[in-house]
Amino acid sequence: MTNDSEEKQPPRPAEAEKPAGTPAPSASPSASGGTPSGETPGKPAAPSAPVAAAKPPAAITPPKPAAPAAPAKPPGPPPPPKEAPPKPAPLDNDLVKRYKARFGGAVVEALLDRKQAILVIAADRLLEIARYSRDEEHFDLLVDLTAVDWPKREKRFDLVLNLYSFSKNERVRLKALVAENEPVPSVESVWPTANWLEREVYDMFGIVFEGHSNLKRLLLPEEWQGHPLRKDYDILQQDEAWVRENLGIESGQ
Amino acid sequence: MAERYNFGAGAGGVNVETTVLGADEIILNMGPQHPSTHGVLRVKLRLDGEKVVGSECVIGYLHRGVEKIAEHRSYQQFAPYVDRMDYVAAVSNGLGYCETVEKLLGAEAPPRARVIRTILTELQRIASHLFWLGTHALDIGALTPLFYCLREREEILKIFEKYCGARLTTHAFRIGGLQYEAYDELEKDTERFCKDFDRRVDEYESLLTENRIWVGRTKGIGVLTADAAIAMGVTGPVLRASGVQWDIRKSMPYAAYDQYEFSIPTGKNGDTYDRYLVRLEEMRQSRKICLQAIENIPAGPILGKVGKVLKPPPGEVYHSIEAPKGELGYYIVSDGTTQPYRVRIRPPSLINLEALDQMIRGHLVADVVAVIGTLDIVLGEVDR
Repeated sequence: MTNDSEEKQPPRPAEAEKPAGTPAPSASPSASGGTPSGETPGKPAAPSAPVAAAKPPAAITPPKPAAPAAPAKPPGPPPPPKEAPPKPAPLDNDLVKRYKARFGGAVVEALLDRKQAILVIAADRLLEIARYSRDEEHFDLLVDLTAVDWPKREKRFDLVLNLYSFSKNERVRLKALVAENEPVPSVESVWPTANWLEREVYDMFGIVFEGHSNLKRLLLPEEWQGHPLRKDYDILQQDEAWVRENLGIESGQ
Repeated sequence: MAERYNFGAGAGGVNVETTVLGADEIILNMGPQHPSTHGVLRVKLRLDGEKVVGSECVIGYLHRGVEKIAEHRSYQQFAPYVDRMDYVAAVSNGLGYCETVEKLLGAEAPPRARVIRTILTELQRIASHLFWLGTHALDIGALTPLFYCLREREEILKIFEKYCGARLTTHAFRIGGLQYEAYDELEKDTERFCKDFDRRVDEYESLLTENRIWVGRTKGIGVLTADAAIAMGVTGPVLRASGVQWDIRKSMPYAAYDQYEFSIPTGKNGDTYDRYLVRLEEMRQSRKICLQAIENIPAGPILGKVGKVLKPPPGEVYHSIEAPKGELGYYIVSDGTTQPYRVRIRPPSLINLEALDQMIRGHLVADVVAVIGTLDIVLGEVDR
């Protein structure tokens, strides 16, 4: 065992990456040994462990500069992707043309992001577009249905459907912009699997699906107040009344 | 299972959820503490005598808000969390997450890292299937396979332990590649395990495949046709047992799968017995991949250049892998900061579990246990 752990140290190019955030304080002690740079297995290992452990006390004792120094350093050398960074671009291929010919203005925007096709569509025609996608474009598998919250936007939610076509071996993402309290047609009649997925979105974001057969919370208790994946729901927030009543404790935290 | 009824008319009326039972029907509660539910799954069964006429899953007992946590951690900090979803196949979870973030960054892991990732992930698939086989057989009443399966699984866990120090929640990979170089005996250990493993699978087969009780308990139970499976979004071995030859390792290869030869086993009837056969064959195929992969592990770096602070350019990506249970997908939205804006995890177990209701209708209570087992769910992943 001890042999193993010693042998694991040498791959330091990788290990050296790890303490990224806090190298500043540890750099000076290890600098003397670090200059030869070759095989000093013990030394970097030793500081790297205390670095993690010493983080909380670090605020009290000497390296108060360490905290600012750490974030200051990384922005200096932050060239993660040296090639052109990937970013969304407009898309206009056959698939998009067919959708646009069929639905006109209901296809608001077509994007290509990281080589993945995204169709932004009007939420009120979601059901129609979903049925077309399954029947005529053969996107027969609803891989996932979820939402993203952008509270500052006028229509705060993105409703996201990831589709897959077995016959074309192709994926496409439908995205509908939804305002708070705006009901969205349920796609359960097109893909039955949407039943639970929509329930989860209702649970976590509070988006209401019209025509859903059994719209109630999926993961949280039915009486729970609030929708945790909304951005204005703090990570420490909870339904305290529910916790007190049902768990008999003051807080679940 | 329950329906909504209106009592009273107009604004004063109430809409109540009620279950109206037939004269011979009862409701039976199964779980959340029940040895056969593999965790904290609760199923409300509506029974006519011993026949299931309806059911409803109650889940969320293990909900930890993983997706919310992700929004408050940096990309690297979140990586260990994904190991705790499907804790029986932590390596696969980590692979999916790391590859998704790499895609988001526009980076790629170096070839050496990709091959080592493939080896470990395939070993993990075998370990996951072994654990499934052992517990599934135990549920149905065959005690012996559990000991055999765990014996082999132990060997895989030892390989993981030698590689990264952990056995279960391994956090084996890093965004951009690997943190640890392969230990000297990785190839030898893997080969030793694989050489022997085919015979071991034969051993399990000799215990079960033609066993009359096993066949009686699994053939024709929990049938899912191909169309129904697709409509329910089912993926992985469950889908393949229904006759759909679809495996993300083939259709959209990731890691180093495009370099290896292996076949995708499928079933015909979509019943519990076929799912058993499919998973057994998958273990053999995984062994084949491992043997091919250790033959030629390219030299070179194990960690690509991704930088120490990850700030993916704004945008989004969906990436999925063929986890032992099915399609494990990550949908990550970046707003250009060091923390993901949104992480959505598409858990195969959750969506496969949704098909439970239609699979158990018309069967006996004892078959419910068999069907839950055959779906191979892990509640850590269902509830997240």
